[in-house]
Amino acid sequence: MASATTSFRSDIRFLLGDEERSLRDVDPQMTVLEYLRLTERKSGTKEGCAEGDCGACTVVLGEPDGKGGMAYRTVNACIQFVPTLDGKQLLTVEHLKTTDGSLHPVQQAMVETHGSQCGFCTPGFVMSLYQLWLDGGEDDRGAINDALAGNLCRCTGYGPIIEAARKAGGVAANDSAEQKRRADIATNLTAMVEGEGTLALEHPAGRYFAPRTSDELAALLVAHPDATVLAGGTDVGLWVTKMLKRLDPIIYIGDVDDLKSVTEADDALVIGAGVTYSRAHDALGRVASDVGELVRRIGSRQIRNAGTVGGNIANGSPIGDTPPALIALGAKVVLRMGDVRREVPLEEFFITYGKQDRHPGEFVESVIVPKPQSGLVFKAYKISKRFDQDITAVLGAFAIKVDDNGKVSEFRAAFGGMAGTPMRAKKCEAALIGKDWDEANLNAAQLALASEFSPMTDMRASKEYRMLVAQNLLTKLFIETSAPDIATRLVGKEAAHV
Amino acid sequence: MSDQVMKTDMDEVVAPTAGLSGGVRSSSKHDSGPKHVAGEAVYIDDINEPFGTLHLAPGAATIAHGKISKLDLSKVRTAPGVVCVLTADDIPGQNDVSPAHTDDEPVLPDGIVQFYGQPVFCVAAETRAQARAAAQLAEIEYEELPAVLDVAEALEKQLFVAPPHVMKQGDAKAALARAKHRHAGRMDIGGQDHFYLEGQISFAIPGEDGDVLLHCSTQHPSEVQHNIANVLGRPANAVTVEVRRMGGGFGGKETQAMQWAALAAIVATKTGRPAKFRLDRDDDMVMTGKRHDFIVDYDVGFDDDGRICGLDIQYAANCGFSADLSAAIADRAMFHTDNAYYLGDVEIRSYRCKTNLVSNTAFRGFGGPQGMVAIERIIDEIAMTVGRDPMDVRIANYYDTKDRNTTPYHMVVEDNVLPELTDDILKASDYRKRREEITAFNAESPVLKKGLSLTPVKFGISFTTTFLNQAGALIHVYQDGSVHLNHGGTEMGQGLFIKVAQVVAEEFQIDLDQIKITPTNTGKVPNTSATAASSGADMNGMAARDAAMTIKNRLIAFAAEKYGVAESTVRFVPGKVIVGDKDELAFADLIKQAYLARVSLSATGYYATPKIHYDRESASGRPFYYFAYGMACSEVLIDTLTGEYKVTRVDIIHDVGRSLNPAIDLGQIEGGFIQGMGWLTSEELWWDDKGSLRTHAPSTYKIPACSDRPEDFRMELWSSGRNVEKTIHRSKAVGEPPLMLAISVHRAIADAVASVTDHKVVPALDTPATPEAVLHAVADCAKRMIEKVHSAQSMAGE
Repeated sequence: MASATTSFRSDIRFLLGDEERSLRDVDPQMTVLEYLRLTERKSGTKEGCAEGDCGACTVVLGEPDGKGGMAYRTVNACIQFVPTLDGKQLLTVEHLKTTDGSLHPVQQAMVETHGSQCGFCTPGFVMSLYQLWLDGGEDDRGAINDALAGNLCRCTGYGPIIEAARKAGGVAANDSAEQKRRADIATNLTAMVEGEGTLALEHPAGRYFAPRTSDELAALLVAHPDATVLAGGTDVGLWVTKMLKRLDPIIYIGDVDDLKSVTEADDALVIGAGVTYSRAHDALGRVASDVGELVRRIGSRQIRNAGTVGGNIANGSPIGDTPPALIALGAKVVLRMGDVRREVPLEEFFITYGKQDRHPGEFVESVIVPKPQSGLVFKAYKISKRFDQDITAVLGAFAIKVDDNGKVSEFRAAFGGMAGTPMRAKKCEAALIGKDWDEANLNAAQLALASEFSPMTDMRASKEYRMLVAQNLLTKLFIETSAPDIATRLVGKEAAHV
Repeated sequence: MSDQVMKTDMDEVVAPTAGLSGGVRSSSKHDSGPKHVAGEAVYIDDINEPFGTLHLAPGAATIAHGKISKLDLSKVRTAPGVVCVLTADDIPGQNDVSPAHTDDEPVLPDGIVQFYGQPVFCVAAETRAQARAAAQLAEIEYEELPAVLDVAEALEKQLFVAPPHVMKQGDAKAALARAKHRHAGRMDIGGQDHFYLEGQISFAIPGEDGDVLLHCSTQHPSEVQHNIANVLGRPANAVTVEVRRMGGGFGGKETQAMQWAALAAIVATKTGRPAKFRLDRDDDMVMTGKRHDFIVDYDVGFDDDGRICGLDIQYAANCGFSADLSAAIADRAMFHTDNAYYLGDVEIRSYRCKTNLVSNTAFRGFGGPQGMVAIERIIDEIAMTVGRDPMDVRIANYYDTKDRNTTPYHMVVEDNVLPELTDDILKASDYRKRREEITAFNAESPVLKKGLSLTPVKFGISFTTTFLNQAGALIHVYQDGSVHLNHGGTEMGQGLFIKVAQVVAEEFQIDLDQIKITPTNTGKVPNTSATAASSGADMNGMAARDAAMTIKNRLIAFAAEKYGVAESTVRFVPGKVIVGDKDELAFADLIKQAYLARVSLSATGYYATPKIHYDRESASGRPFYYFAYGMACSEVLIDTLTGEYKVTRVDIIHDVGRSLNPAIDLGQIEGGFIQGMGWLTSEELWWDDKGSLRTHAPSTYKIPACSDRPEDFRMELWSSGRNVEKTIHRSKAVGEPPLMLAISVHRAIADAVASVTDHKVVPALDTPATPEAVLHAVADCAKRMIEKVHSAQSMAGE
């Protein structure tokens, strides 16, 4: 058990709209969507896929922003577990109408632009648009795309919804009534849970702990070394909704405050294991613009609002998007068991498919991401069937330094989707280091790549495509570093304007 | 028909009627819009469950073909919450839900599994979670049989679900023999999952005498009613099917709702408790049919201008394990071999192949898209062979108005608007100038290449099974003047309900908000056809108008008699009725008076599409009442290193005749286009070597997302559009045709690929053109170009 000073609380406390809820006897792996539809009988929020990919279940979560206000974010209710609502405000499509029954501006805009046809995806879109509205609105198409990438519509073709996003506008930043309202909610939420002990549920279906400090977390994991560590739930949620697994106990790290910080120094970033992609996005973008672009394309807004960089590493997926980039940057992972910490180079953390260098009771505490020193160029390319919200077929990440004589002085290359784990391409690196950065050596590096990887064929890509495109990504790197005037990008900030 | 009604001939309404809110031609909002955005629109899973409702879950086969040698469900039966478990032995009536009564589609298989994921049994439990958990506990063993998993193998082994079919005009063989140029090829065309956002769902509520009320998400309530009665071993009048709305259909809920409805109905009648069957998304994608994938083999002859003078074409459709609607779908592919082109001497053969895969089904376009995408690729290949701009080759092959105007099924194309539409789209898209700019761009850009394509759509409107072209409606006017509207069409988001309501508003000259749109219900309008074939507004609009006219004529006769004026002087104007020279009544007042005078204020309406006939034996006739036309010009940018691409600009002009509702029609056009684009680009169905579908969820199956919608997307309804046939207010059907406008995207990608070889090598780009397919096409073209140069060099050397 956790240290003796820890006090426990056995009810989940949150706001559903403006109403306080205190839930006991809840199966810890009941999803927020099931809770809304079956317990609350609020059927506005829809199930389209139960895996966080269609967005029909999008809801907005609010929590105190630590500055006296509220921070809001969209998440997929279908893969969030109910206990993770603790200390938060849950807003659904039913909460948007004003008290006189008139539609909210985003709802009104959707009606006026003919933004709904069958209407089944609509509540989810409305909530994503509501989030945009809460953040002040958005006119830029790229930003609207990013906000809506996690909402699929099969009827409209999206045009009317994009128009609705523009038409709805947003709440004014200086709206004092809105600020007051948010401050009151923040105060209320803080009072509900602060000093009220650690949430610990003992339900016949399973146990659930939500420690609030990393020390508490470390102690809990030592006591329960086989626990499922839950962060954003964007992967673990599917173990429940699709694989029908029972998880017992669950230890949730999303409320561990000291794991939720990004520390930025001159030479490195330290990202706590509880930091979501959304929170890490800007800082990672400052490491290298391609890392920012990569994070922009991970999952969707809803997924990035829940999923964590730490979780993307800890689950060891061969097709996780951040690991190859972090490996190429030379990142290290900090593992902790009890009070003992160790640092492991990220590429060594991934041992083989499904196996990582993490002992029972140990957890990923943070990731240290070195910033490229001067002259080191970082490029990353994510290849998938669809640009937004798609799992990678091949991801190539490269950190290269070419000296004044045109020789490659440093080169780190890492790939996702090419092996059972995210992996460094050491032969490929060796083929270039110390050599002239020219076509002959590029070809040699491509051949080296073919000698060290044997990718597999699956629904995302054939092995032939994976190898060909991985080799071509080296060509792309070559062109971008040696002939920067040539247009090479279709999307992102560096997209060709042609 | 009275003079009065003649005077309100539909042709007169060319613009929204002043003073009337929500008549035809107005862009009335979707009637459910305010409910959709507030989460208040009730879908079947949102209906309050009566006490005791049971929940169903399927138990799936884990082989593609074989005998069930052991089916031990004891652990399933004893799992927590389980109330009953169904197998084939528990079907009270006929174990078949095939739409054409081919007896090849069991509710649950009796001994033989025919595809991976086929439901073998079904569990009903107190909660859905309990049912799903219990379904995992079955112990099933099989004796595996050889499984045929692709259409080429089925074709080779001559395994068919229905007999082959041939369509001919002239002598293709002779024409090919004398053609100056010939080109032969093969094209693989992929299937498509519907990905309606609301999955399949049925909710059965038992009644007395073993009757059942089914809330079912289906495009075909009448067929569900009849088939479920059959499965229950009861007459059709024991089953009532109701559909308020679907969360998307796209053809996927025409026949595919049947199995789940049947199982829910069996559980409800067996246990006396309400029973709901809502499929999980993954089960839905694995267990329900999709758009057919095809292999097309062709041999085309043409002259120096690229004008086709002979075509031999063969389709092999992957129907899956049963016939379903495959015969009609494969027929429609044949009917659209021509698209907009006169093919002259042509022979079209079609094989309906049987495989051990889920049975493929209707999907927006119903085979038409497969026929059309093939001919559009053929046209592009001809253009590259003769060295002309593909647009010019398209124009050279268009149907003429006087001669060269018969289709391969011997129907004269009477409503050809291709030349006028082409002029308009060429102007709107600035095609010629952009073609030059793109050629210049590609010469300077080594990695990214642009492509451009302008393709036409000519799509035949009517069910090709002639008897299906009938519809019914029911209208009640209550004493307060409010109107209750019902018809056989179903609402799946396409805006049918609002369009039909607009027709009725126009007829009565009352505001739309006086009309209550009500759920489709087999107890109100019987023996309806599926809401399919784009025919919903055409047929149900006419049937509703017929019902409204019946009531209106009674009102006219009543008013004329009561006020002693000629019938011709009774006029319906917005909100009121003018009788003779001076009397004027509110609509509601006239209704009240008519009621007191014992005039019936309820009527049915009926419509059967005129002029159509088709003799399938000789493959000739007039299967289509008219054609819908449209054109799209798409520009793409591809990455020749990765195969990725982006659609950068689209121009569309589409002919909807005179639109009943311009906003709804534009929504159909854009939505259809983007859905078609998905089919041809990112949507890839992938089965493993066991026949298990591995793209069974949105994480692996990629429909277009928001950012895939081209930034520069220009579309308009064709301003000169008017149906030459007397359709409802001279409008044209719009549900399916725009999907095929997206063929321009596929062709533009192929154009960009061809630019790698300066259009010297024809890219064999299949569908879907995933980044992988595009990169392989680029690599293949580059390789063939090198071979071409080498062989030219060695020829020169000799």
